[in-house]
Amino acid sequence: MAEYWRWKEYRWHDKDRDWRSGKLVTAGVDVGSVSSQAVIVVDGKLYAFSNMRTGSDSPGSAKKAMDWALEETGMKLEDLGFVVGTGYGRVNVPFSDKAITEIACHARGANYMYGPTVRTVLDMGGQDCKVIRCDERGKVDAFAMNDKCAAGTGRGMEVFADLLAIPIEEVGDLSLQVDEEPPPVSSTCVLFAKSEATGLLREGWPKSKVLAAYCSAMARRVVTLLEQVGIEKEFAITGGIAKNIGVVQRLEKQANVKALPAKFDTQIAGALGGALFAQNLLKKKLAAN
Amino acid sequence: MITAGIDMGSKTVKVVILRDGEMVGKGMMVAGFESRAAAEAAFAAASEEAGIKVDEVQHIVATGAGRKFAPYTERSVTDVASDVKGAMALYPGARTVIDVGAEEGRAIRCNAEGKVLDFALNEKCAAGAGAFTEAMSRALEVEIEKLGEMSLKSRNAVPMNAQCAVFAESEVVSLLHAKTPKEDIARAVHDAIASRIVSLARKVGFEPEVILIGGVAHNVGFVDSLGKALQCEVTIPNDPEYIGAYGAALAATEE
Repeated sequence: MAEYWRWKEYRWHDKDRDWRSGKLVTAGVDVGSVSSQAVIVVDGKLYAFSNMRTGSDSPGSAKKAMDWALEETGMKLEDLGFVVGTGYGRVNVPFSDKAITEIACHARGANYMYGPTVRTVLDMGGQDCKVIRCDERGKVDAFAMNDKCAAGTGRGMEVFADLLAIPIEEVGDLSLQVDEEPPPVSSTCVLFAKSEATGLLREGWPKSKVLAAYCSAMARRVVTLLEQVGIEKEFAITGGIAKNIGVVQRLEKQANVKALPAKFDTQIAGALGGALFAQNLLKKKLAAN
Repeated sequence: MITAGIDMGSKTVKVVILRDGEMVGKGMMVAGFESRAAAEAAFAAASEEAGIKVDEVQHIVATGAGRKFAPYTERSVTDVASDVKGAMALYPGARTVIDVGAEEGRAIRCNAEGKVLDFALNEKCAAGAGAFTEAMSRALEVEIEKLGEMSLKSRNAVPMNAQCAVFAESEVVSLLHAKTPKEDIARAVHDAIASRIVSLARKVGFEPEVILIGGVAHNVGFVDSLGKALQCEVTIPNDPEYIGAYGAALAATEE
């Protein structure tokens, strides 16, 4: 059976830099419920990252993501001066020196990715959705989170990709190919929304229209969470769903706000924040010795 | 007098026919996407069992989530009203009625006169409804009819962290990967849905006698978990899924 929810895993490293000339080499590992990332930062600057699916065990997934980020760089685990674990499986990162919550790491990572003007970060992850308000240093001021319900999460979108047999990476584009915006799917629960969508398909709705209705419902759900915290500009979106233009455009419209363009892979925010915290912690450690 | 009640549920349609208040026929069909046609078929089946023609029925009342789509009907009553009416007719001592259907869970408290004092619904989320156990039976690859019996054989209580049916599906798969016995997972599933229903029952301040109706009452695993969680005896009528339709048919006798 084809796995429509399966997105592409990949890695990157900066081939123009030699990490050996760097003073502070640190990493952050974000073990999420659906995806895991490892990010390496050298002297305050992003050097390498990997992004892959989380397997059935957290320590194994952390190790795999870290090894993949290190690959081709000539760097070894021992070369990392400090490693921070974050995310849902943060206490299960066996080689980490410290665990930091994903809220703090996301805000810190977004501050680097989008610049110090970012005040509101919406992180749409695999199994949760968070709104974080932060200051110019990326320090958290307030946050709201939904981690109890699949509506508004990447996992919910995966269920729809599978139902409609559309590769998850094409969902956003396809959902925009409608002449007129249909009303959003009325069920909140993903399980009920699935039955509702099946009914719409039977009525003869094209897949694009069903996806438009679902993306719109998802945007609405997320906007409710955004309103709990309040949107202060600048606004940025991180996480896997940030790559879904169908959801992003609709939520921008519904919340009347524009998201900053992404310069980096939106899924690495947590791990990047972890690696940046690790830079400070390593500095302190070196100063103490 | 011949009356009928049609319960237009989200998954199945139930019809009950009464002759002078006595149940003489019943029929049930999967609603699918043609709930009206399903209701007509269920009505035909119930009439046949009652040995009457459809047009001999004098008054018909609809209930259920899709009641406005019911055929033949003059009027409808809410699910809450039909549940209480049906349950009270069978058990005059009923003070709490719990109805767990395919897509909705409900707890109702009423007084000795059958007046509804309070009710709580879970209609937005599959976690407190039959859809939850169905999704879990698919993840476990166990037929839904066997899930209840299976959970009674459990020897270990395994906690289930997810509330959401979609997340719980992933959790069930992880538990299977970790070689957790299916019996224990089945029990965790029933404990999970029972705890959702208990929170509804607490909301209305449940009191004995507690009557459990709706299709999920057939699931012995859920009944066991619910009884333990409520710490109170739960009475289940025969044909628990027909009580809403029965209550509607009783309402029709008041025409």
